[in-house]
Amino acid sequence: MGSRLLEINHMKKGFDGKGVLEDISLTVEEGEVVSIIGPSGSGKSTLLRCATMLEQMDGGELIYQGQRAVWEKTDKKGDVKCVLAPKDQMKQIKRTFGLVFQNFNLFPHYTVMKNIIDAPVSVDKISRKEAEERAWKLLRQLGLEDKAEAYPFQLSGGQQQRVSIARALALQPKILFFDEPTSALDPELTVEVLKVIKELAKEKMTMIIVTHEMQFAREVSDRIIFMEQGLIQEQGTPEEIFTSSNTRVREFIGKMNA
Amino acid sequence: MDTIWNILLDIYSMVLDLGAVMAQLAESFLVTVQIFVLTLVFSMPLGLIVAFGRMSKNRIIRAIVKAYISVMRGTPLMLQILVVYFGPFYVFRIRMGNGFRFPAVIIAFAINYAAYFAEIYRAGIESIPAGQYEAAQILGYNKVQTFFKIILPQVFKRVLPPVTNETITLVKDTSLAFTISVAEMFTKAKQIAAAEANILPLMAAGVFYYIFNLVVAWVMERLEKKFSYYR
Ligand SMILES: Nc1ncnc2c1ncn2[C@@H]1O[C@H](COP(=O)(O)OP(=O)(O)OP(=O)(O)O)[C@@H](O)[C@H]1O
Ligand SMILES: [Mg+2]
Repeated sequence: MGSRLLEINHMKKGFDGKGVLEDISLTVEEGEVVSIIGPSGSGKSTLLRCATMLEQMDGGELIYQGQRAVWEKTDKKGDVKCVLAPKDQMKQIKRTFGLVFQNFNLFPHYTVMKNIIDAPVSVDKISRKEAEERAWKLLRQLGLEDKAEAYPFQLSGGQQQRVSIARALALQPKILFFDEPTSALDPELTVEVLKVIKELAKEKMTMIIVTHEMQFAREVSDRIIFMEQGLIQEQGTPEEIFTSSNTRVREFIGKMNA
Repeated sequence: MDTIWNILLDIYSMVLDLGAVMAQLAESFLVTVQIFVLTLVFSMPLGLIVAFGRMSKNRIIRAIVKAYISVMRGTPLMLQILVVYFGPFYVFRIRMGNGFRFPAVIIAFAINYAAYFAEIYRAGIESIPAGQYEAAQILGYNKVQTFFKIILPQVFKRVLPPVTNETITLVKDTSLAFTISVAEMFTKAKQIAAAEANILPLMAAGVFYYIFNLVVAWVMERLEKKFSYYR
């Protein structure tokens, strides 16, 4: 396997004194596809939001490609606090990951093309021509080449989610996070989005996917993590998880398949 | 037969009179338009700054701006015009000349309308889903880019209907400038009406205001259409 892209050590996060992530440690190697499953409220989204720094963690350490993004520091009063890497380093670090949201969060006033090329052009400062070439390649790959000039409201949910995947990929992240990418979609639209993710897996895109689609997780993942009450209760290959002797895991998978 | 003829003649002469009065009012109508345009030019950007203050992380700034908005919306604009005009004298003992009448009206209107626009902008900004900010943050946009590229264009579209309402109100509010005898249309119409003991000038002014507002509504409708390319 390749290099270690992500390392999370003892991540903790609470809201208003209520612990949501108790102590999460996790590493992801290049090319790995990791699925996170677990009951509602177990902290899956919070884990992704802390890992992508949408949420500031309360304790622990977050490392991308060996570069520390967040770590603990004890202040003069002896309180432990998390600090962020300096701005210029953080900018570098943030380029290593992308996030696909459950409800897409496309920019409604931009066409599909503009949604995809705007960040590469105005954030990464690549030329418009290069950004468009990249975008066309992605649109073809995701079966959206006839939608370049459409606005998000003119697309189905499945198409919107594929655009949002294209938008994330256009910045060429090393890791892509997905938070329940299909749970806002009808079953038939779910299929087209899952197909795209499976193709990305074949191309060895490193991905961390929170999902309730058990069959999909089983097919696509190198590793599955079962979370409950802010802790990783169990992790292993799909076979290990689906044949786990842990009653909580069995119960959960049984309920999801029912 | 005769009476109908007489009535028609009466109406005809009234229309002629109305035309003549409207011609008399035309010049003062330009002052009205000036008040309208200058108020928008100043209050719309000022409103955005006030909206930022209202949403500031700093508690003191937020409280001050909140109080300002509250006073502006809670007291009559007519009173505010008087305060702006006479204020410098009562506070600093500075006697402002007649030349200050028009600027005083513009200042009063601008700070009053800025308060209303600020609340409209704030509601618009707060109605943009958090997901838009989060998507922008993940894609690496900085705060300024996020606001000007992602948020503000969407806010424009959302605030257009309430801004239209305010703008139409402003057309009618310009008449409050009569409070300090600025020679805008309403002031003029009242003068003529009093001198000639005739309400026709006031009617003529009404026609002007109405047509002005038809134009304003038309322009705003065009703007809304322009923004209807997305939902
Ligand atoms: N911003 C917040 N403020 C307060 N509490 C929060 C916040 N975000 C999440 N929580 C709480 O943290 C807990 C975990 O939420 P989280 O969204 O991470 O769960 P999840 O595993 O993603 O669930 P689901 O499968 O329903 O998406 C929940 O109890 C939730 O109410
Ligand atoms: Mg969730």
